[in-house]
Amino acid sequence: MALLQILISGLATGAIYALVAVGFMLLWQTSQTINFAQGEFVMLPAFFVLGAMKFGGMPFWLAIVVGLLLSLIVLGVLFKVLLVDPMLRHGVLPLVISTIALALFFKEGVKTWYAAEAQPFPALWSNDNLEIGGAVISVQNLVIIVVAVTAVLALQWFLARTRTGRCMQATAQNPALARILGVRVERMILYTFLINAALVALASFLISPIYLAKFSNGETLGMAAFIAAIVGGFNQVRGAIAGGLLLGVVDNLAASYISTQYRGAIPLFLLIAVILFRPQGLLGRAEERSV
Amino acid sequence: MRLAGRPGAVFLALVAIALIVAPMGLKPHGVYLISMWAVMSIAAIGLNLTLGYAGQISLAQAAFVGIGAYCSAILTAKFGWPFGGAFALAAVLCFAIGWLLGYPALRVQHHYLAFVTLAFTTLVYLVLRNEEKWTGGTYGISGIPRPSLFGWSTKGGPAFYYLCLFVLAVVSWLTWRLVRSPWGRAFMALRENPLRASSLGVDTRRYTLMAFAIGSALGGVAGALYAPLVEYIDPTPFALGLSLNLLLMVIVGGSGYFFGPYLGAIVSVLLPEWLRVTDSLYLIIYAVAVMLLMVVCPSGLLGLAERLLKPARKEPVARAAAKAAP
Repeated sequence: MALLQILISGLATGAIYALVAVGFMLLWQTSQTINFAQGEFVMLPAFFVLGAMKFGGMPFWLAIVVGLLLSLIVLGVLFKVLLVDPMLRHGVLPLVISTIALALFFKEGVKTWYAAEAQPFPALWSNDNLEIGGAVISVQNLVIIVVAVTAVLALQWFLARTRTGRCMQATAQNPALARILGVRVERMILYTFLINAALVALASFLISPIYLAKFSNGETLGMAAFIAAIVGGFNQVRGAIAGGLLLGVVDNLAASYISTQYRGAIPLFLLIAVILFRPQGLLGRAEERSV
Repeated sequence: MRLAGRPGAVFLALVAIALIVAPMGLKPHGVYLISMWAVMSIAAIGLNLTLGYAGQISLAQAAFVGIGAYCSAILTAKFGWPFGGAFALAAVLCFAIGWLLGYPALRVQHHYLAFVTLAFTTLVYLVLRNEEKWTGGTYGISGIPRPSLFGWSTKGGPAFYYLCLFVLAVVSWLTWRLVRSPWGRAFMALRENPLRASSLGVDTRRYTLMAFAIGSALGGVAGALYAPLVEYIDPTPFALGLSLNLLLMVIVGGSGYFFGPYLGAIVSVLLPEWLRVTDSLYLIIYAVAVMLLMVVCPSGLLGLAERLLKPARKEPVARAAAKAAP
């Protein structure tokens, strides 16, 4: 029953990756932002919560609310207004450099102003284990899977079924045309940034109780989100979900059955293979090339 | 008299003299830093060829610096090769691997290419860390000797600095020739519009591979100097962080400008050191400085300089036109 355990914990990790990858992909779609700080975006909200509890003396639930609000403001609004907007018209690369610098800023900021050591983060649910058919499964992992999948499905529903969601999709596919049709493109892009901020905050609150909150947490997470987004398909929400889940499971299987040393290499081979042989991703549509 | 008419040449000569006399006024750590600046400039020049001139986004430059560094370290420290041989082999090896890495670039472009090369960097890092028999794993390789060339020992800091500076000068001269040759123009055609370039008869396939191979070879050259400069290497400096840092040097200096990488390397290597007076805040200030720089001048420092200088030159013409108008 070891396999079941590995699969469940793989899916839990994968569900987190999926949350982060979906946000990453939404930003890319609507504003051509390749966010190299996405991993640090996941690291930071946990420290907002810890800071609110430590310096504000707030109870945990209130701190979570404050953490979410701060994430929306800092990682959503301020990120867009201060960094992305001024640079958008200058192409992808200057913005890439800025997000790299932003990642460094967040990492060093947390290290300097909060703590360099890993911080325990209160669990949202109990740490108990369930025994199902001989397999030991942690409640945490199950909760992560349920919450993350629910969040992503809700987002999928929002994008496909509501008026605002469809306007956001129109903005992503053809901003000029969307504007002519009366979509408030600027506002839709802002919504995307807010959704990304909410997704990374959720991922942060789910993952920090397990892996502890540490300033350097973002490095592996950001990389995993890239790979998940590309493997699944850069232009589809469901692609990013599939990519995230697949990556989590493959990562856990590789660690258990192949080699812990080269565990990090398996997702990379997956990435290279997908880009070379199916660049639109496993579930993505081919992008049209302009001459 | 001829020089007086060419302010650019005078300025370059002054910079060259400053670089030659620099070690005399510096402490050992300062000499080490300007040597590091020279080494990183070489790697950034390579990336500027691939990215700035040929328009192929590569996040693999750190891997080539790593391959070059390990190649020269293993051959000189473990097998007792002379430095010249190890140096040449590092360059040739990186040229060959860079050529192979160019093949994905024939299939995919832009951000996809960035991700393939990013994966390559991480894979090389894993190999360096895990193949302990050859690379020493996380313990790395220590006791890398600084070479003696034609009976001239470069063991001291300044002597090794002059070696780095000499290689930088040679690389700069070759690159200057290259970007002004038909090859350089073919690279730029590749960047501006690959489809049009190929319809005009530029062999885009060959030039894409060439752009990768030459840029990578320069990464290898930088690595071959890096190992004896630091005298100890482990896998950590060659992880993705260095690739991002080299990309930062090229973009901040001014991508596609000949002198961009030199300036970018100053920003990346020396600026953090100058900021050290602020103690633990130096990386935070550095990050903010880079973000501000990108917001103010996305085309890099040289792009900003060009923007500031050009209107000044055009002004007389505009004024003349304004006078003629009424």
